[in-house]
Amino acid sequence: MGSGREGEPAQDVSDGAAGAPLVVRAPVLPGSPALPASSPAAVKLTDAAVRLGGRTIWSGVDVAVRDGEFVAVLGANGSGKSTLLKVVLGTLGLAAGEVSVLGRPAGRENARIGYLPQRRSFDSGTRLRGSDVVRLGLDGDRWGLPLPAGPVRNRANPPSRRRQAKARIEEVIELVGAGEYANRPIGELSGGEQQRLLIAQALVRRPQLLLLDEPLDSLDLPNQAIVAALVHDICRGEGVAVLLVAHDVNPLLPYLDRVVYLAAGQAVAGPVEQVITGEVLTGLYGLPVEVLKASDGRLVVVGQPEAPAHHHDRHSHDHDGHAHEGHGHDHVH
Amino acid sequence: MLAEIANPHPTWNVAHDVSEVLEYHFMVNALLAGSVVAVMAGLLGWLMVLRRETFAGHTLSMMAFPGAAGAALIGVAATWGYFVFCIAGALAIGRLSAGERRSWSEQSATIGAVQALALGLGFLFVSLYGGVLGDLDNLLFGTFLGISDGQVLVLLGVAVAAVAVLVALGRPLLFASVDADVASARGVPVRSLGIVFLVLLGLAVAATSQITGVLLVFALLLMPAASAQAITARPGLSLALTVAIGLVVVWLGLGIAYFSVYPAGFFVTSISFAIYVAIQVGAWARSTTRRGLQAPEQPPAEGVIA
Repeated sequence: MGSGREGEPAQDVSDGAAGAPLVVRAPVLPGSPALPASSPAAVKLTDAAVRLGGRTIWSGVDVAVRDGEFVAVLGANGSGKSTLLKVVLGTLGLAAGEVSVLGRPAGRENARIGYLPQRRSFDSGTRLRGSDVVRLGLDGDRWGLPLPAGPVRNRANPPSRRRQAKARIEEVIELVGAGEYANRPIGELSGGEQQRLLIAQALVRRPQLLLLDEPLDSLDLPNQAIVAALVHDICRGEGVAVLLVAHDVNPLLPYLDRVVYLAAGQAVAGPVEQVITGEVLTGLYGLPVEVLKASDGRLVVVGQPEAPAHHHDRHSHDHDGHAHEGHGHDHVH
Repeated sequence: MLAEIANPHPTWNVAHDVSEVLEYHFMVNALLAGSVVAVMAGLLGWLMVLRRETFAGHTLSMMAFPGAAGAALIGVAATWGYFVFCIAGALAIGRLSAGERRSWSEQSATIGAVQALALGLGFLFVSLYGGVLGDLDNLLFGTFLGISDGQVLVLLGVAVAAVAVLVALGRPLLFASVDADVASARGVPVRSLGIVFLVLLGLAVAATSQITGVLLVFALLLMPAASAQAITARPGLSLALTVAIGLVVVWLGLGIAYFSVYPAGFFVTSISFAIYVAIQVGAWARSTTRRGLQAPEQPPAEGVIA
């Protein structure tokens, strides 16, 4: 689906610059294809701006995520990454500009969106199985019973439909590799196991767009790699567009089609190698920033300014979510 | 106190004892009312435990004091005062504490403030009334003597209505209870459901306090649900167990109280507590054994950095 996008339209980069004169114009790649008419953007923000509590979080932002594409949203704490997802979900309105999601105004097509909020972990006392939580993703918004995957026999619900639901839940649990522990109480599972089940929950209704807010946060390095690969497989295998918020781009590097980098109230979008460069980030931050490439391909950003002291989104309230902060300024972050 | 009325003695012949208990109309009414309340309190208590709204449940039970005092002041049956104040309390807690992204500590502070105001109002009503509240014992510790047919019907009507609403809200309410962010993104009205749930909880508390008294509502509201959730994580089974434990507690408690000089509230609460403790100890023993068996197999790298 999203493969073979090496001729990435660099227009995103210059679009991002249009509303933000600070931003460096990235070189336009030769042979950039225009958006095919048959593949409308899963997400399209045009000259968008958000204000929260009288403060402009970002403005002049242009982002496009095409069908089946894997895009990461990067930036420091407080740069408005989660805010971007809320705009796409329609739970937060724009102060200026336009947003369209799956071809309609934001908020209208949420049934076709799988959403994984930031740093959601279940209290260890939550006495529901992992499969019940996945089941809620399938039909939790429908009124009435039956309760999730319960043994309740319901005559009004033909068994074939019940069986279909059950089969879909099992299928999606297998897809994320959570079969072994899906029937254990979710509160007893590790962060990585919970995260996989939550991805299954977001996927269970076969969405066309996945919005994942820091799914790698709070995972150890092996689990970060596993979950990143899993999201990539889902993106390619199921043809789902993915917009993923991340602190650190490195676990995602092998898989990304493009990144959106938020900083200093602006955004630059484009392929990783065009956006995460000293030149672009220096322009974005207005301060000298250097990007080094380690021998294993990992990117290290040097000179990135501190995050603003007054945070506005949930990153700042997050108690456990700062596992990266200690060393975060070494990485792209 | 019953001993003075009927002077009953248990005979170790259970069938005989049960038939003796059922010969008395007031015992039949007590068992009916207790069963209705056990089912309603069990179902709503199960969600209360899942939603971690135990403190709200406790505050709602305190509403019975201004309720009973206010009813005495204007000269109506205390039952009406219970229901009116429990619903009003539920709405107050829901409006004030269910704001977006309120932390748990902020919510509990709000609930505590509502509780203090309610108790203050109750004190005011008592002093305006000028007398001593008639059946203070019954208010605090409940009664199962003299439950009229009319009361059984009122309790049944309230329970049927509450359970019907609960069934209609079923899945979205569960979704909002365990996973509010995603439910909200899916268009589930999380906040309104929270308020409706508190009103239903208020009804359950008011109904339960007729049997167990204000101070002992958790015997039927909290302990059966907490016990069942410790046994299983399957929601359907867990709900069924909650109701079953509640019914056993009520039947045993009332049955034993019939043959005893001690109050029913004590037996209901003690049996509920004994079941709760036994199940918690069992769950602890089970998890210790399992952990002991599994420990060597667990990969050390698995888990969360936090």
